[in-house]
Amino acid sequence: MKRRQTAERRDGASQSRTAWHAVLRSWVLHHQLSATDSLHRLLGNPVSSLMTWFVIGIALAMPVGMFVALENVRSVSADWDSPAQVSLFLRPEITLEAAQLLEQSLLQRPDVGATRLITRQAALEEFQQLSGFGDVLANLDDNPLPNLVVVSPPDGGLDGAAAEAMLAGLQALPEVENAILDMEWVQRLNSLMQLSRRLVVSLGALLSLGVLLVIGNTIRLAIENRRQEIVIVKLVGGSDPFVRRPFLYTGIWYGFGGALASWLIIAVTLGWLRGPLSSLAVLYQSEFRLQGLGMEGGLALLLLGGSLGLLGSWLAVARHLRAIEPD
Amino acid sequence: MITFDRVSKRYPEGHDALREVSFHVERNEMVFLTGHSGAGKSTLLKLIMLMERPSRGQVLINDQNLKDVSRRKIPHLRRQIGVVFQNHQLLFDRSIFANVALPLEIAGYQHREIGRRVRAALDKVGLLEREGDLPVTLSGGEQQRVGIARAVVNKPQVLLADEPTGNLDPALSSEIMHLFEAFNQVGVTVLVASHDLSLISRMQHRIMTLRGGNLIVGASEP
Ligand SMILES: Nc1ncnc2c1ncn2[C@@H]1O[C@H](COP(=O)(O)OP(=O)(O)OP(=O)(O)O)[C@@H](O)[C@H]1O
Ligand SMILES: [Mg+2]
Repeated sequence: MKRRQTAERRDGASQSRTAWHAVLRSWVLHHQLSATDSLHRLLGNPVSSLMTWFVIGIALAMPVGMFVALENVRSVSADWDSPAQVSLFLRPEITLEAAQLLEQSLLQRPDVGATRLITRQAALEEFQQLSGFGDVLANLDDNPLPNLVVVSPPDGGLDGAAAEAMLAGLQALPEVENAILDMEWVQRLNSLMQLSRRLVVSLGALLSLGVLLVIGNTIRLAIENRRQEIVIVKLVGGSDPFVRRPFLYTGIWYGFGGALASWLIIAVTLGWLRGPLSSLAVLYQSEFRLQGLGMEGGLALLLLGGSLGLLGSWLAVARHLRAIEPD
Repeated sequence: MITFDRVSKRYPEGHDALREVSFHVERNEMVFLTGHSGAGKSTLLKLIMLMERPSRGQVLINDQNLKDVSRRKIPHLRRQIGVVFQNHQLLFDRSIFANVALPLEIAGYQHREIGRRVRAALDKVGLLEREGDLPVTLSGGEQQRVGIARAVVNKPQVLLADEPTGNLDPALSSEIMHLFEAFNQVGVTVLVASHDLSLISRMQHRIMTLRGGNLIVGASEP
């Protein structure tokens, strides 16, 4: 047919279009054939395919899972970012009346927007309710909790230096045992997150390289196993792309299946953590809900897996396929 | 159709497999190539298939000089030549049908056309009813016929065969040779390497003889 097509191409424009259509159609056909045939081969060897898929899956699940965890931490800490609050833990000897007076006087300060007094009694009741240690705490002779005033900056917040100054001013008050700027640990958390994000990226890069090598090596073995077939195909006129195609699809399937496996691993792990985490969130009166990969994230993961598979097999094919020639 | 012009082939080990070989095979001709073991028969066929390149001299197929065929264009050349090997070179994990269909898949034929041509080829070699079987279920002679069906399924202009009757009994051998003759009669140029002198001398075709890499008998100068 090839020869006939060349002849047709010489005949005229309209016929050359049909010839090109035929070429395109056979090209698409071989892609379909390679894709389905290579998938059948993998499914025909379920044990070794599953092992490869899970090796890739675990390698991908580690950085992706850490990324999901970081995203969750970020969504939690976003609520706390601003305005920064200062918790004033009052000295134990400060009475409720004195605490109320202090709350009123604080409101006069220009760097204070709002205050909220949490009495030691209220704090204890809340704690009893939430902790489940009700009976134990009821037996205590003495309430160990101090009175607490939560101070928020005025609307619009304070910049870093002003917040520091406010903190210093509040800490200096005689009634105050300890003033804690919540912002402080938010900042710490943020820099910690930045560090973790870099760790995730470098871990991801390393493990992606690992996936690439695993797939490359698996494809190398597949090429070795089918050496005779490759020779025959080349002998009867198979071009390099024709010979290459099934192996590239095999790589794509390995990467794709590996990504599916890692999606599964992450989903199972998150499902396992969801219960304890939501009771923890209730304890902290948080709206926090554990976020999974989501559809978009999952599809991106599949795309990543497929690309790694294609790249890995391409490396193997480029190295090993050319060397196989009929002799 | 096939022209060798003072072709020499020296393998890297320094052994001269062919020395200044010149001959011409006409379109639609059938020619036998014979000679003792190691005379260079396989080497000559490999040069036509571009499995090897000549050290000196030129090979022309259908007026195309093979030295102009780049590595990337080799598959295109091979699709125009059917080859039969002594050791069949079949895919043993695929059905007979799939084996014969391989050249058509490579050339990009549609399913229906592939089915039609494969059955026509299998019919010609008398194996039509075995199309679904695996090659291991066939005898040596039948496997060889599958190889022949695969070689002719794409209607090549040239058919090459290297010891196609190597380990077949005389009756089967002559049957295979007559199969080649039948393809030759419908317009295929056939070149068969064989050292079964008694068989090929009974057939009415030109015989070229190699000895130690030299073509000593049967050349028809270009
Ligand atoms: N790949 C190779 N590398 C080195 N030498 C080779 C190679 N192939 C063949 N030869 C040598 O070239 C010579 C011709 O070999 P060739 O295979 O063409 O012979 P032949 O006529 O086909 O023999 P036979 O009848 O045994 O198949 C032999 O001496 C052989 O040792
Ligand atoms: Mg030989």
